[in-house]
Amino acid sequence: MNKQPMRKSPPPMAGGKGRPKMDFKKLGRVIKMLFRYYPVLVPLTFACILFSAVVSSIPATFTQRIVKIIEAWYLSGDWQGAKLEIMPLIYQLITLYVISLISMFTHTQLMAYITQGFLCKMRRAMFEKMQDLPIKYFDTNRHGDIMSYYTNDIDTLRQLVSQSLPSLLQAGVIVTVVLSIMLYYSIWLTLLVLVGVIAMIFVSKKVGSGSAKYFIRQQRAVGNLEGFVQETMSGQKVVKVFCHEEKTKDAFDKLNDVLCEDGFRAHAYANVLGPIINNIGNLLYVLVALLGGILLLTKAPSFCLANIIFGANLAFGIDIVVPFLNMTKQFTGNVNQVSQQINSIVMALAGADRIFNLMDQTPETDDGYVTLVNANVAEDGSITESESRTGKWAWKHPHGDGTTTYTLLRGDVRLTEVDFSYDGEKQVLYDVSVYAEPGQKVAFVGATGAGKTTITNLINRFYDIADGKIRYDGININKIKKADLRRSLGIVLQDTNLFTGTVMENIRYGRLDASDEECQNAAKLAGADDFITRLPEGYDTLLTNNGANLSQGQRQLIAIARAAVADPPCLILDEATSSIDTRTEAIVSRGMDKLMEGRTVFVIAHRLSTVMNSDVIMVLDHGHIIERGSHEKLIAEKGTYYKLYTGAFELE
Amino acid sequence: MLKKLAKCVGEYKLYAIITPIVMVGEVVIECLIPFITARIINDIKAGCELSELIVSGLILFVMACISLACGATAGYTAARASSGFAKNLRKSVFDKVQTFSFENIDKFSSASLVTRLTTDVANVQMSFMMIIRTAVRSPLMFIFSIIMAFIMGGKLALTFVVVVPFLLCGLLLVAKNAMPAFRAVFKKYDKLNESIEENVMAMRVVKGFVREEHEKKKFGTAAENIRKDFTKAERIVALNNPLMQVCMYFNMVFVMLVGSQIIITTTGSSIDVGQLSAMLTYGVQVLMSLMMLSMFYVMITMSAESARRICEVLDETPALKNPENPIYEVKDGSIDFDGVSFKYSAKASKYALSDIDLHIKSGETIGIIGGTGSSKSTLIQLISRLYDATVGSVKVGGTDVRDYDLTSLRDSVAVVLQKNVLFSGTIKENLRWGNEHATDEEIEEACKLAQAHDFVASFPEGYDTFIEQGGTNVSGGQKQRLCIARALLKKPKILILDDSTSAVDTKTDALIRMGFAKYIPETTKIIIAQRVASVENADRILVLDNGSISAIGTHSELLHSSEIYREVYQQQTKGGSGDE
Repeated sequence: MNKQPMRKSPPPMAGGKGRPKMDFKKLGRVIKMLFRYYPVLVPLTFACILFSAVVSSIPATFTQRIVKIIEAWYLSGDWQGAKLEIMPLIYQLITLYVISLISMFTHTQLMAYITQGFLCKMRRAMFEKMQDLPIKYFDTNRHGDIMSYYTNDIDTLRQLVSQSLPSLLQAGVIVTVVLSIMLYYSIWLTLLVLVGVIAMIFVSKKVGSGSAKYFIRQQRAVGNLEGFVQETMSGQKVVKVFCHEEKTKDAFDKLNDVLCEDGFRAHAYANVLGPIINNIGNLLYVLVALLGGILLLTKAPSFCLANIIFGANLAFGIDIVVPFLNMTKQFTGNVNQVSQQINSIVMALAGADRIFNLMDQTPETDDGYVTLVNANVAEDGSITESESRTGKWAWKHPHGDGTTTYTLLRGDVRLTEVDFSYDGEKQVLYDVSVYAEPGQKVAFVGATGAGKTTITNLINRFYDIADGKIRYDGININKIKKADLRRSLGIVLQDTNLFTGTVMENIRYGRLDASDEECQNAAKLAGADDFITRLPEGYDTLLTNNGANLSQGQRQLIAIARAAVADPPCLILDEATSSIDTRTEAIVSRGMDKLMEGRTVFVIAHRLSTVMNSDVIMVLDHGHIIERGSHEKLIAEKGTYYKLYTGAFELE
Repeated sequence: MLKKLAKCVGEYKLYAIITPIVMVGEVVIECLIPFITARIINDIKAGCELSELIVSGLILFVMACISLACGATAGYTAARASSGFAKNLRKSVFDKVQTFSFENIDKFSSASLVTRLTTDVANVQMSFMMIIRTAVRSPLMFIFSIIMAFIMGGKLALTFVVVVPFLLCGLLLVAKNAMPAFRAVFKKYDKLNESIEENVMAMRVVKGFVREEHEKKKFGTAAENIRKDFTKAERIVALNNPLMQVCMYFNMVFVMLVGSQIIITTTGSSIDVGQLSAMLTYGVQVLMSLMMLSMFYVMITMSAESARRICEVLDETPALKNPENPIYEVKDGSIDFDGVSFKYSAKASKYALSDIDLHIKSGETIGIIGGTGSSKSTLIQLISRLYDATVGSVKVGGTDVRDYDLTSLRDSVAVVLQKNVLFSGTIKENLRWGNEHATDEEIEEACKLAQAHDFVASFPEGYDTFIEQGGTNVSGGQKQRLCIARALLKKPKILILDDSTSAVDTKTDALIRMGFAKYIPETTKIIIAQRVASVENADRILVLDNGSISAIGTHSELLHSSEIYREVYQQQTKGGSGDE
């Protein structure tokens, strides 16, 4: 069986034919953010890195000077005399080292602090951004992809900030300083070193980009394998029942081989790079030694910046060759260090790209200005705003002319001739009009994709439509602040989502200031109290993993209780009781009836028995309302509803 | 544990062995290089002939080439060995999972199995590569460098007597303190990510209840908490660098000071400027190898947890095993439960099924009805031996299911599970799961029987229509009918439908059942349903309540004898003919 890996959208890695591109704009943005988050600490850290880098590249000059002193004294063998000259140098060196250590200690500690702080701020920024995104984003992006922003991509940034950036900076500084010292001493030798460096850069670029290319491929292969494994594991029972183990193994092997091959290439390139650079360094060492020797032997005139610019009269001697050789080592060591960072930088840039993609999403817009306030209703019907909870609510509607009107919250919802399309191409709703008066129960019936859930998505403004087509208590819902609109609507969905926490906390999610007693009453109303009290720790039972320790039906009951405690004037029940068996539903329905009493309710249900007692039943078909009326009326009409009811039609 | 993992190196053993051997070459040369360079420096200082310099240069050049060859080879073989090792490891974990019974699968969640297969294996792979590259290299480098330092520097090498123990203690102290800190943080970190995932999934609830700010605050506190712990852990590790640097600097000053004293007092006879500079190089090498060793230590202990998690899967014994001399032939479709009780885990106090005695004749149609949690699904899963009975025995075709070859048994007993899963691939590919050699005609026939042919044919690409992951592009009812067709293609002796027509309309449901009666009369059919209508025409109906048989009989018998049955029936037919 030809099983294709099933990533719908391949991870948006660096473009082209898998050829990684260093997009330095992204890098710049990360650095800019670092500065913005830590305007003092980051420059301070950078200064420390700079400083310790400079200091650690200076010893070469000390070696040169000490060797020179040795040169001068060693024939005499007079240590006491030499000591007088050497000791001051040693003291200077120690002083420099101590300063370097302090700054190194400071910057490594600061870096640890900054890295974690930065990541924390990034995470929070991402999370807060995510909370503000419209539902559309979550409907069109796979959860696994969103999650990987927080796991993989953030991790690549951690590597970048805590290691790659500092070592780039450090290596850059050391290379520059060492290079200037080299030039100071001898231009010929420096030119030779530069030739070596060019060779190293060339090799790093070749090998490094090969490595980066395969690292990215490896990432993709991991994604494919993970997708496959995820699908098979979740269908593992079906695999068993059909004795399909061998076939599955074969398909797995194929993906596994690809991953192995890409991983091998990626690591092979990365592993080989180090020795290559290192040994170019060794060769360079030989060449510098040779050239130095030749220059010494031929007594070539000294050609160096010291003499040219600073007018010193520095003779070329062994005291220059020795430190020069050490500097060559230092130089190649740093180039090597940079080349080892190439992979993490490429990966971090890809990660940053994805994270910025999330950060740059347009948030849910909310131009609403009508708010929900606690209200006092006087006997004459006039409404005034109240500071405290009165049990009555009103829409506060400020008008352009400076006046403010109050409208009592009643739960009157009207949709007039609503057309809607999710993507602007495929129309989902056609000319839908629904009038729900306060306290009425309106049911939607129809096949999957007929547009039932879409209607509720529009009412609570998970998706927006053009002005004025939907009115809540006579107010255009686009004028109502989204938060207040949603507060006036309670929803219970088919896929119950509970949060990690106690049962009580989950119920209280409906209204954060509800007392324990109010939560328990809500549970009783929903018919959930019975099983909750039988849980090992009653209302304090900890739910984890979306309430995995409860049955689907029990989870739905908690979700119903959660909506009950919010006590909204209007309820949306989207297949809220689908997972409760008919016998239990009969028990729950009593609670549900109580819950629905006096509220405007929109019900979407698969089971017709759930919607039978609605005031109005809307039969939807491909976005059109094809029938509407009470159960009795629709049965009498002998239309689609009748056919559904008698089982002649398939619902899904 | 190590043995088990080591076995996975398999055919890549050669690479794994070559790597450290080649590394030895690299180390030896790398330690000799400063020796030669010292000679070069001394030669230059002594004002030697150019030819002598060229000889030294050539030696160094050759050494660099060998070192390059060794290093590159080791890099290559290490990559080969480690990626091969990881491949084998993934394969053995995956293969192992394929031998798991339902019981084993239930024990590990599928999400955790995925992590074990990906992240954990990747961790172990990295450690493995590190082991073969540095486990030999670093200690060797350390020893060689020290030896060379003593040979060349004599007294100067005494610096290591001070520096090495100091650094070693320091590094170990850091590693020891950092590790538990990190482990604790990573656990919290996982928790944080879980809560993000929870939030992403529950976005509609969050927005519906206008809890965005609440969630932000909750997340902010959790993230800040992690930041604090993480910073603490990172700051401990950040001590490594200055520690290392202290030693470097000490070494430098010591060598410079004592070295120049020795050179001058001995007038360059025991050591010279060349050795002085070589000593600095050896110093770096010694300290670096210690650093590597401490990283190595941290890495290994960090991935030990991953290794443990992988081995946990590998060590799991499949709860169901094929018998020694299995029976391959299932005689007929009769089923017998003899005093069967069952519980999901040995620790569970309550039996999910108790004292089931049930005898089904070949070709009979049995309906099963019962509320949520009445163990309907459990009952039928014992028939195809997805679980083994805890007490008593289940027989198919007169033989205990435990005596059959598993594949033969499951080929004869087709189950359409409650949680229907179609896999990404074309419809035809999905159906061929039932029988990979099925002809197009057979497929069409099965689909006609399952009432799926019409809608499949209505798709523009017919049987070649691609099913998305999770089967999201077909409706629930369509998915169920495809799953039935898939099971039918097995031409089973026993067909079990576990609530498999819940989303199918009553009329089609009836057509499917009529088809069964007409075209596969010899097949024993067991139908679990919520709807009375789906089972009322069965030969016998079983009413399950709380894990035991509450009543059994025909529809009309049960209406009289079973209160539960009557209640369900009335609830569903109240004012009409069905609940659909």
